[in-house]
Parts: sequence; C-alpha cells; structure tokens
Amino acid sequence: MKPSPFVLHTPRSVAQALDLLAGSDNARVLAGGQSLMPMLNMRLAAPDVLVDINRIEALAYIREEQGEIAIGAMTRQRDVEFSALVADRLPLMKEAILQVGHRQTRNRGTLGGSLCHLDPSAEMPSVMMAMDATLHVQSARGHRTLSMAQFAEGMMTTALAPDEILTGVRIRPWASAHGWCFVEFARRHGDFAVVSAAAMVELDRQGLIAHASLTLGGLAATPLRNPAAEQALIGRSDEAGFDQAAALVQQCDALDDPAFPSWYRRRLATRLLRRAIGSAFQRANARGANA
Amino acid sequence: MTPGTTSNQHAIELVVNDKPRAVTVESRTTLADCLRSQLGLTGTHLGCEHGVCGACTVLVDGRTARGCLMLAAQADGCRITTVEGLSGDGELAPLQQAFWNCHGLQCGYCTPGILMTLTELLADDPRADENAIRLALSGHLCRCTGYQNIVAAALAAVECLRGNA
Repeated sequence: MKPSPFVLHTPRSVAQALDLLAGSDNARVLAGGQSLMPMLNMRLAAPDVLVDINRIEALAYIREEQGEIAIGAMTRQRDVEFSALVADRLPLMKEAILQVGHRQTRNRGTLGGSLCHLDPSAEMPSVMMAMDATLHVQSARGHRTLSMAQFAEGMMTTALAPDEILTGVRIRPWASAHGWCFVEFARRHGDFAVVSAAAMVELDRQGLIAHASLTLGGLAATPLRNPAAEQALIGRSDEAGFDQAAALVQQCDALDDPAFPSWYRRRLATRLLRRAIGSAFQRANARGANA
Repeated sequence: MTPGTTSNQHAIELVVNDKPRAVTVESRTTLADCLRSQLGLTGTHLGCEHGVCGACTVLVDGRTARGCLMLAAQADGCRITTVEGLSGDGELAPLQQAFWNCHGLQCGYCTPGILMTLTELLADDPRADENAIRLALSGHLCRCTGYQNIVAAALAAVECLRGNA
C-alpha cells in the first residue's frame, strides 16, 4: 500500500523542527523511517504533517563527555555498529546493535527512532534500560531529562509530548573489567526478537559478583529490569547461583499472544537470561585475569 | 527550498546511475515509486512495501537502503544506484554474470535487491566469505531458489573479482 497524503517539512535545525511541531496538529517526527515508513505504507499511521529530521546534522554524533558517552538521536544504527568508542566503552550496545534488523535497515535506522518507536522486543530500549541511560528531550517550551524507566510508559508508548523530540542519550560506561552479554531469540536472523536478555556483571577481588544489571526485552510491554535477580547474584560465582537468579523471571507477568503465550515467553526469558549471566560472568573473569 | 517546492510537492535533484535527474514528487511518494513510475527504472521491484522482503533495495550514496522505506523527497541531492546502473553498455557486471552462470535466480523478482546488497558487500569486503554473504542475504526473501545458487553465485563473483585483482 501507499501512504495517505501528508505535508512534509525538512527542518535543518532542532529549533526549526520544534517550532514546526509546536504549530502542527497530528504531526509525526520522521527519523530513519525503518518503523514509521512501514506504518505509513500500511496506513497504520496517518499523520497530517511529517517533520523529517534527517537533515539536522547536529543530532548525529557519538562522543565522550565528562566520562559519559553521548549519542545523538539521529545517529544511524550503522554508525553505532562501527563506532570504536561504542565497541570499547559500551560493548553491550555493540553486541546488541548487530542484532538490530539487517545491514540494509541499519544503514538508515537510527538510535532515537528505535527508542521512540519502543517496540517491546527492540534491542536499543533494552540496552538503555540495562545501562541506566539518561534521555534528553526538547520542545519549544524547554528541555528535560528522563530515565529509560520514565521514558518507556507502555506498549509502544513513550513519555514524549506531541511537541517534544528526543535529541540524544547519555550513558555512563561500566568499568573496563565488567562482563556483558546480549542474547535474543528470533525465528530468523534479523527478525523481531521474541524475547531478549541483557546481562552485565562486575566482580570483586575474590571473583564474586559485586554489581549486576539484568534486563529482559519482549517479556513485557517495555524492557524490564529484574532487581530481585540482580540482588540474588551479589556474592555469587557458582552455576547454582546463576540458575537461582534466572529462575526468578518465572515470577514476572509476561505478554501473552497465541503465537508466543506467556508461559513460553517466561521459559524463553529464563533460559536466555541464564545464558546471558553465564557469558557475562565468563567475560568479566577473562577481563579481570588480563587486567 | 528549491523553486517549485511546496509543502506537498517537492522539486528534487538527484543523480541516478551517474545521470543527473530532476523531478517533482509528492510528499508521500516513496523513492522506489519515484524510480519506477517517474524515472522509468522498473528494475527496482516492490514486494512487501514494509521493508521486510528486500526486493526494492537500492544504493543511496553507496549504501543499501530499502526504496520503500525512504521518501523520494528525502533523496534530494543523493546519488542513487539501481540494478540498471550495474551493467555498462549492455555488458553484465561480474556479479550479474556470476548469477547467470550459477543459475542464481528463477523468477527474478527478488534479484535486483539482492544484487544491490551484494554490490555493497563486495565493495566493503572483496574477499567476503560464505558467512558474510549469508548474513548480507538474510535481509532478503527469495521464494524460488532456496538460496543455495545465490550463495554460489556470490562466491563465484568473489573468485572472479579476485582473479581480476
């Protein structure tokens, strides 16, 4: 199918884009188009006004600022994939971005677009949740910052007001000796994941887990941290401890549909999280040994 | 804004297969529809129109993109390569010849997009191995070949390009 008619604006600056949004009813922001364009083509979305922010160069960057990694909302997924800074400081994000769509979609798809579309099984929202990213949001009225938990309000629903744009994120990298793992299950490579699991661990001098971050995608409407499982990992380095932590996922509410019922998602989440914890621990061990 | 451009009609200039083209498009016209209907380049095929099948894949400034997921107006100032741009003077490119030799297509509907993806891959990595080829092809659906001959053709193209190096 073809999109219904709309008015297209192509602002060159964030200020222009914000003015256009403030002055329009039923407007949508067009980022890389890898989610919104299918919705337009299928007429699942029919905005009157489209504000295309692809020409705003100031929104595409990856840089280090005061010990944090700042990434612009219009940074292409391809540029995240090939960024040396991301590979070095945010290895979880690097591992996850390789599982986002395909080369042909990562060339245009953006970090901000993925976060704003907020598909329950999308990888980038899970990474933001796992790493406690700060999201920067702007409108003609001003600027505010949100945590991923505040930003992700519900099923494909963000906290953005109609006149607001996500401009970028800031992520504090973990110490270089941490371990990480991002795994997902999809029916074919590059398809939407059914469930994904992200694990990050840091070890103390005895080689026991001192900090953990555990996040599940595709289990609920938004990415889900599991503080109980994170707590259960503290002080552990044994397989039984990892099993017990992963098993806590069984207590989560899960999305339910005929193709992937909630019992199946919970079982998948438990297995994937167990695998992610094991791999993250091994990597932390290897990095600690090399340090 | 280019003269002739309103918020609903956009006068754009782009370079398609090394030829400068000027065309006026509606806001909602996708790049793939512009190429096919307005520029007469029907080699770019449309399958699913939501970015999944890969048939409409073209090169935008040398990088693959789904022609159905980009508005024509967004291609203003871009360099586009379609399957028509691969062969010079009626002679098949080595990649296309390899598809001929290896029977890398049956109905041919998905082939233009696959050729563009493999063109990008071989430009980035002229020694691409089978894994890299299969990974690149994962962004395309083919309902006839079972993919084996497509992979064989891509590997033959790698061999051919190596021979020329």
